[in-house]
Amino acid sequence: MTIDINHIREDFPALHQLVYKRPLVYLDNAATTQKPKVVIETLVEYYSKQNANIHRGVHYLSQQATVAYEDARCLVQSFIHAAHSREIIFTRGTTESINLIASSFGKKFIKPGDEIIISALEHHSNIVPWQIACEDRQAILRVIPINENGEIITEEFEKLLNEKTKLIAIAHISNSLGTVNPVKEFIEIAHKRNIPVLIDGAQAVPHQGIDVQEMDCDFYCFSGHKMYAPMGVGILYGKEKWLEELPPYQGGGEMIKEVTFEKTTYNELPYKFEAGTPNVGDVLGLASAIKYIAGHGMENIHQYESSLLDYATKKLLEIQGLRIIGNAGIKAGVISFLVGKIHPYDLGTILDKLGIAVRTGHHCAQPVMDRYDIPGTVRASFAMYNTMEEIDVLVEGVKKAKAMLE
Amino acid sequence: MKIEEIEQEIINEFEHFYEWIDKYDYLIELGKSLPLIDPAYKTNNYLITGCQSQVWLHAEMEGDKIIFKADSDAIITKGIVGLLIRTLSGQTPDDIINAKLEFIDKIGLRDHLSPTRSNGLTSMYKQMKLYALAFKTKMSQ
Repeated sequence: MTIDINHIREDFPALHQLVYKRPLVYLDNAATTQKPKVVIETLVEYYSKQNANIHRGVHYLSQQATVAYEDARCLVQSFIHAAHSREIIFTRGTTESINLIASSFGKKFIKPGDEIIISALEHHSNIVPWQIACEDRQAILRVIPINENGEIITEEFEKLLNEKTKLIAIAHISNSLGTVNPVKEFIEIAHKRNIPVLIDGAQAVPHQGIDVQEMDCDFYCFSGHKMYAPMGVGILYGKEKWLEELPPYQGGGEMIKEVTFEKTTYNELPYKFEAGTPNVGDVLGLASAIKYIAGHGMENIHQYESSLLDYATKKLLEIQGLRIIGNAGIKAGVISFLVGKIHPYDLGTILDKLGIAVRTGHHCAQPVMDRYDIPGTVRASFAMYNTMEEIDVLVEGVKKAKAMLE
Repeated sequence: MKIEEIEQEIINEFEHFYEWIDKYDYLIELGKSLPLIDPAYKTNNYLITGCQSQVWLHAEMEGDKIIFKADSDAIITKGIVGLLIRTLSGQTPDDIINAKLEFIDKIGLRDHLSPTRSNGLTSMYKQMKLYALAFKTKMSQ
């Protein structure tokens, strides 16, 4: 089975519009993806017919919504091959998932002088929560350097490990350079020393099949909106043994078993970490998005997007003076580039006028830009609905912008 | 020339551009042709940080007028910086404080001065007004 690209594009209403009188070429998928009709319809259907607060209601709508919400949890579980549905926590997104672990793990396990390891490739969302945790616990943040190609240096990683290392947090795929990190290898190395590993999977989940048990990560975080689902919903996967041990992140309704003014006992997993009224509508939207992409086959999506990446890399490199930032051996559908001395903001502004949506700037990864001593890059990032023709439009656009700006 | 007169002059210049591409070509030319700031002022003290591009701004009084000098690392931003300098530099603090700069809308560059662009231009514009206020206060002391 292969991807039927025309059929897929028909499913995404937002792709069929003119921007400055030109057909939109949407290449900012690492920031957020467009939504297929089925996801939009799920939201409309939920708010039209099902809306109710869940878990606590005896009435019909509440029960219907509760069943749908818990079914969604089971769907996420099977999608990432988790062992139990109680290992799936619904959050607002990757950022909240990481903050949850940084806060709860920090409180329980981090003592003054302990160390947390991240890599030099991380998104700010996988840097700042750990800085806050380190400040709070008087711990030290260690950073694994990357090489010129944008790959984490494994030997340097091993050198950083010691008896004070309490946790390692690494991106599965770099949002700014597209590097696919050998997370399984890192996890194996860390587990030899019984150090847990958190993987920021925000950029990976929409593009390849994920098996958290095979990977053996302790925590895996991702967002709905980067995988064709609504904004404001995400997932924290955690191994049950860890989640059982961690204290709650936020207090409120749903996460309690019994409340008195003297003492409150907490609910069991996963509810312990889901304080307050959950985002039911968007969770159902996420379930709908998972069914949609799983229906096309993750391996098919992965192969198709790889061919987009290969084609774009080849065509862009034909432009004189263009250099790609991040040339890792294994990359996902992200190309960060610069042309001569042209500022990325200028290039992005002209591409925008041509109807091409790319990202410019530091991509919430300032340390990565500092590593290459650049103000930022232009980033084109691909999704399953992009076409080779759109890459041709991008390449022509870059040529035109170059002619104007140089 | 008064600020409104300079604004009208810029509006007239931009009227010749029917296509966006001509407008941007002109901005790029402006950006390239303006050596706007002494390198001595291109330091962090004068830096207005934007997420996307950066702007350096220096202000000093000459008689009763404020002379602004500015620069940017991005050419299109620099072109617009040039337009802001052209209208506001060499004007009195009062005139700068009261300036509405309607030309920005009229030549279709409003979105470049939107805070969401985060290119340093909005902060630069605010900073120019603040300088005018500060110099006015200083003069009245």
